[in-house]
Amino acid sequence: MSRGARILLLLMLLLPGPALLAAEGKTVHKQQSITDRSIEWPAWEDWKRVFLMQDYNTRIVILGTTLLGMSAGMIGSFALLRKRALMGDALSHATLPGIAIAFIIASTLGLNGKSLPILLTGAAISGLLGIAGILLIRNLTRLKEDAALGIVLSVFFGAGIALLSIVQQMQTGHAAGLESFIYGKTASMVASDAWLIGGAGLSCVLIALLLYKELTLLCFDEGFADSRGFPVILLDTILMGLVVVVTIIGLQAVGLILMISLLVIPPAAARFWTEKMFWLTFVAVVLGALSGMIGSGMSAIFPNLPSGAMIVLVATTMFLFSMIFGVPRGILVRKYRRYELNTKVNRQHLLRGLYEYLETHQQLPIDVTENVQPVSLSALEQMRSWSLPALKKIIRRAQDERLVTQLSDNRIQLTLSGLKEAARVVHEHRLWELYLITYAEVASSKVDQDADAIEHVLEPEVIAELEVLLVRQSTEGILQSPHAIDLQQPPVTPTVREAT
Amino acid sequence: MGGLEQWSWTLDGWIIVAGMLCAAATALLGNFLVLRKMSMLGDAITHAVLPGLAAAFLISDSRSSLPMFIGAVIAGILTALFTEWIRGFGKVDEGASMGVVFTSLFALGLVMIVQAADRVDLDPGCVLYGAIELTPADTVLVAGWEIPRVVVVLSIVFVINLLFVILFLKELKLSSFDPALATTTGFNATLIHYALMTLVAITAVASFEAVGNILVVAMFVVPPAAAYMLTDRLGVMLILSVLLAMLSAIIGHISAITVPYWFNFQSTSTAGMMAVSAGLLFVIAALFGPRHGVVIVFLRRQLLAWQILADDIVALMYRIEERDPELRPDALYLRDILFSRPLPTSLTLGYLVRHSQLVHANGTYTLTDTGRDRARQLVRSHRLWEHYLVEHAGMSAETIHRQAEQLEHFTDRELRDRLNADTLDTDQDPHGRPIPPEEHTP
Repeated sequence: MSRGARILLLLMLLLPGPALLAAEGKTVHKQQSITDRSIEWPAWEDWKRVFLMQDYNTRIVILGTTLLGMSAGMIGSFALLRKRALMGDALSHATLPGIAIAFIIASTLGLNGKSLPILLTGAAISGLLGIAGILLIRNLTRLKEDAALGIVLSVFFGAGIALLSIVQQMQTGHAAGLESFIYGKTASMVASDAWLIGGAGLSCVLIALLLYKELTLLCFDEGFADSRGFPVILLDTILMGLVVVVTIIGLQAVGLILMISLLVIPPAAARFWTEKMFWLTFVAVVLGALSGMIGSGMSAIFPNLPSGAMIVLVATTMFLFSMIFGVPRGILVRKYRRYELNTKVNRQHLLRGLYEYLETHQQLPIDVTENVQPVSLSALEQMRSWSLPALKKIIRRAQDERLVTQLSDNRIQLTLSGLKEAARVVHEHRLWELYLITYAEVASSKVDQDADAIEHVLEPEVIAELEVLLVRQSTEGILQSPHAIDLQQPPVTPTVREAT
Repeated sequence: MGGLEQWSWTLDGWIIVAGMLCAAATALLGNFLVLRKMSMLGDAITHAVLPGLAAAFLISDSRSSLPMFIGAVIAGILTALFTEWIRGFGKVDEGASMGVVFTSLFALGLVMIVQAADRVDLDPGCVLYGAIELTPADTVLVAGWEIPRVVVVLSIVFVINLLFVILFLKELKLSSFDPALATTTGFNATLIHYALMTLVAITAVASFEAVGNILVVAMFVVPPAAAYMLTDRLGVMLILSVLLAMLSAIIGHISAITVPYWFNFQSTSTAGMMAVSAGLLFVIAALFGPRHGVVIVFLRRQLLAWQILADDIVALMYRIEERDPELRPDALYLRDILFSRPLPTSLTLGYLVRHSQLVHANGTYTLTDTGRDRARQLVRSHRLWEHYLVEHAGMSAETIHRQAEQLEHFTDRELRDRLNADTLDTDQDPHGRPIPPEEHTP
């Protein structure tokens, strides 16, 4: 029977926190029936106790997990931007052989193999060896980061399992408890654990704050940092050292997998709310703290919910919420922006189509004082590859904005403000075409499509610059088209991609 | 060899066969994970199947293998799907989205298991983390033979994977290296992707149910990575990875039952040692691989560095002769100008003397005729390049020296002739120094 099987079994059954409620001393009177797996709604007393943190143990656990969430959020932000999100995963596995070897050596020398400093030293050494392995594989071979992580993770973990199997056979080896060290015990967290987490976590946060500028530079532009004389390799090692420390203290508190999630999920969620490094770390810290707090709080209220897992699920909920509703990078906002842009593009296409039709049919008065000639729907339909329903929808919307009027006989007439807007759109289109012909050497027969793809997202400043750059043929009025306008062959409409 | 005395073909033989089958099946697919930079997927899937197991248990109310297997595979596929979804829609990078997905699913699984465990003793350990050592204990009858169930299951999985890889090799290759091209050439890269992910999930679940999860995670990545260090061809890489995987299974089991005896312990975890053996094979491949091995690359760079140093020395000697035919430079003088370190310089000088390009007398060096020929060609390359860079690349005369310095070492006769033609047969470089002729004219 492999040791691994047992440990991993323990991981699953021990990790969650029925012990939390044992710690609160309220198991005794609430013996649940075996068949009952409903989550009982807690009494008002329980809510109050948790909310006001009246209970000493609840206080300790909530404090500890909150601090852990904060420091993990901070360090995780850098790790995430450095695309090292799964580094914690690899590292936590890589600590295993170190722990086993430390135990074996200490026991052989007659020391207490389970003493925390010895085991932590072993874990840290083999964690660092793991980092060295990852860096060596990544830098010396043509394998990429992901393969380096996978190799180190699995080989070190295999070695750890093999060594633990030997630890089990040792005469002195009451290795029981070793696995709880490795796989965490949120619920039975005591004050000293909380202090350890708090102390180590805060020092990590402090180091990260001191090196904030350097680490940020490392994450965003390694090459630039290197050329500026920053010790890139040293900074990288420090960052990974911080990940190791946070992972190890977290291992003891919430366990292996759940620790990784604390490093990954809050920063990934924070990414949807901001583009700025400072706010990213800030939001990640807040989300991490909230996950720790709410997760362990919920587990305290509902004794059937394991605390470590609840912390993660709270974090996941926040992640999903951020991913959907986040501003400026959430899905809804991006969808909305895309919709806005598409509407704008469609409107401009309609106006340009109308204008160019009138222009080629010489129905366009240069000085507009009277009503513009109407254009038939079928003539318009031929100009672009739009379907009739889509075209009608676009026209309806333009009508709402009082750019066009739809006449009874399926003809569309530009209003005066519509004509002005159309003239502007056409002018910008031709400016851009001219620019492409003059400076990008695009053939004038092809330039229509190329200009079409970009003209809708041009800023007013760019337009102004273009005006200056291209010495204008005439000082006023609308540019002439640099190519013949073919009203029969619809140019291909490029699909508008998401504006980023 | 302590442990080998208890060797038994019916026990150890089957364990090795199971290990080899598992290793081969996983390594086969692992190649594509490594090439697609998704090496961590195996690890993610083995953790993320937990809610699948729990859900299967809660729904079917039994602990029989089939519902559990289906539940786990579905959860595995969902892991891949969600990862892709969060990466695509959320624009989160691959590693992070994988991290979010598998840890969340794992946590969900834990909560579900705690709920389920209240009712019946659900022991995920025996489903999830099967031990390879128990392989021979559970047998089925196949055509009158008693064969371990694990071996039968893994054989089926291996054959499916093998067929998939053989039948879709072209598609897999194209979609691994260039998904966009794959889609434009008419088949659906996404479809191939999800077929691969499904097989990865099935293989992972079937394997770790049988032999434990360490082996699965290790074999998805390590043998393919080792094979990748040994070859540039996908077909060869596939075969090599399978061979390496099987080899590490054999070495792993043998070392699991022998190595601990050297230290007076009994046998240790076979799966663990298989992972370690795979790791050792990887280290050997990474160090000594014929083209990409760390040692070979290092040696190649050293040789190049020495060749360049030798080039620099003779070229420098030529320039010194050009300015002042009477000057007889010694090693220290050369080093001062070249900024080179003592040991490589004296070794290179020795080499040049032995190949009669330099003559060493009274601590000073002079060029021989062969040395002078080589040097003249180098200086000619250098000055032709300088000329070319000024004329055609629009660089200023102050900045060209360094560029020419790099190019001169890789310029052969043919290239020199073309440069010469491009620079209109001029005989002066931009600094006003003469460009030496190609052939020596006495």
